Amino acid sequence: MTSTHPGVTSKPLLQLRDVSLSFKGVSALNALSFDVAPGTICALIGPNGAGKSSLLNVINGVYKADSGDVVFAGQRFDAIHPLKAARLGIGRTFQHNALFSRLSVLENVLAGYARHGTASFLENVFRLGRDRAERRAALAQAQRTIALLELAPFTHTVVSTLPYGIQKRVDLARALMAQPTLLLLDEPMAGMNHDEKLEMSRFIRQINQQLATTVVLIEHDVGIVMDLAQHVVVLDYGRKIADGRPDDVRNHPDVITAYLGTVH
Amino acid sequence: MSYFLETLFSGLFAGAMYALVAIGFVLIYKASGVFNFAQGAMLLFSALTFVTLLEHQFHFLLALLLTGVVMVAMACAVERLVLRPLRNRDPLTLFMATLGLSYFIEGLAQLLMGTDVHMLDLGIPDVAIDFHGISVSQYDIAASGIAFLLVVVLSIAFNKTRMGVSLRAVADDTLAAQSIGIGLPRIWRIVWSVAGFVALVAGLVWGGRQGVQYSLSLVTLKALPVLIIGGFSSIPGAIVGGLLVGATEALADIYIGPLVNGSVSTWFAYILAVAFLLVRPAGLFGDLKIERV
Repeated sequence: MTSTHPGVTSKPLLQLRDVSLSFKGVSALNALSFDVAPGTICALIGPNGAGKSSLLNVINGVYKADSGDVVFAGQRFDAIHPLKAARLGIGRTFQHNALFSRLSVLENVLAGYARHGTASFLENVFRLGRDRAERRAALAQAQRTIALLELAPFTHTVVSTLPYGIQKRVDLARALMAQPTLLLLDEPMAGMNHDEKLEMSRFIRQINQQLATTVVLIEHDVGIVMDLAQHVVVLDYGRKIADGRPDDVRNHPDVITAYLGTVH
Repeated sequence: MSYFLETLFSGLFAGAMYALVAIGFVLIYKASGVFNFAQGAMLLFSALTFVTLLEHQFHFLLALLLTGVVMVAMACAVERLVLRPLRNRDPLTLFMATLGLSYFIEGLAQLLMGTDVHMLDLGIPDVAIDFHGISVSQYDIAASGIAFLLVVVLSIAFNKTRMGVSLRAVADDTLAAQSIGIGLPRIWRIVWSVAGFVALVAGLVWGGRQGVQYSLSLVTLKALPVLIIGGFSSIPGAIVGGLLVGATEALADIYIGPLVNGSVSTWFAYILAVAFLLVRPAGLFGDLKIERV
């Protein structure tokens, strides 16, 4: 995928129109608008408390925006629930690994297949009907995903016993399992050292290119972001202060101010 | 010695029945974090339905099947009318809702099927057989066998199937489970149906021993110490807790009872539970909850 400038491609996969969100009067997002073109990696950056995670939570339906529209794949929704978002093809990972800690890596990844499952509980228990084909398909898909993210050595390990960096990758694998069209990654590289971040970037790029998955991610390391993303949106105090290609954003005066901590 | 063993065994068999009741609680607690007070009422309702169908000359298996259908229908109704409107509420609110539900189900049972005590003959004779000098009730052995079979079936259903993975995923992290496309209403319907089925089995086994009557729903109160001892979120815990309560209260009745001039078994389990609450509040197999503050 060559770097496409947002807005140039015919139809955005995700559109945000004047999205506002506040918590008990404290504004978290302020009339935010931007588009994400299909097949791109879009990074949300900004200081702590800029509203990045809140925005992700609005897209995925954990929070409901006070006003404004979210349009996904041409479909506008104002009240979406995480479950419905998942079924529409919006996958996500979590800032604090929300893995199923007592389950193995394989089971965590398999759980991600839920949105494609149609077999009933009894079919599952007695391995009848639709369950057989689905079982095979799910297992094959899980093994592909595990291989892609180089998790094979940990397939049967219980997740809570794995190092943090590996857990982050399991979270990613679980989200991928649902074959989402849009993948939301909430600080996939938090707490990692530089080498681990590069490795994670490589996986994200691979997913984006091989599976044509559109990615929206939050990351603090500006260096990593500028290399990885084709599209950067900078937030500060719930407002968008810049939106464009990494190079354009890097030199934007407001971004420099926000990042260098000049008094507003 | 053989007297001791006889008491121990009969205690353990009673314990297997306690475990059978407790498992129903654990299933629902794991999937939705609710202590379902209505489990006892569900047990009563299912046993009553079954007995009523038998008395109307239905075949044993057909009656079993129909009661199963009724329990699934009840699970769906509970999900739609109680759980869904109370989604994201405090666990205490949900607990109170199940308390109300238990009265509702008991009332419904009374309205539809009356208040008579019904005898239930499962076709298993309740006679003592001699086992190396220890006499053991045949009914107890059969009941334990049924309990064991049920546990095996449940553990296969929850550990070896994809739906089982979804169920355990919900138990582990509800929000994450929804975000990857696991639908909670469906999980709830399934879990309440399975709990209804467990209630049915437990209701038949208990009802076969002491008749199907309203006091059956009081087994809820006996399940409580079992759960405190075993841990609310663990099926093995429910089994071990049940056996422990059954065995200790039977032994206590024999060995401590004479010292205090009275029956000990009515309260011994609760004292044991209090001791556990002081020493190991999460129970033997429960999760020690670590909460982010």
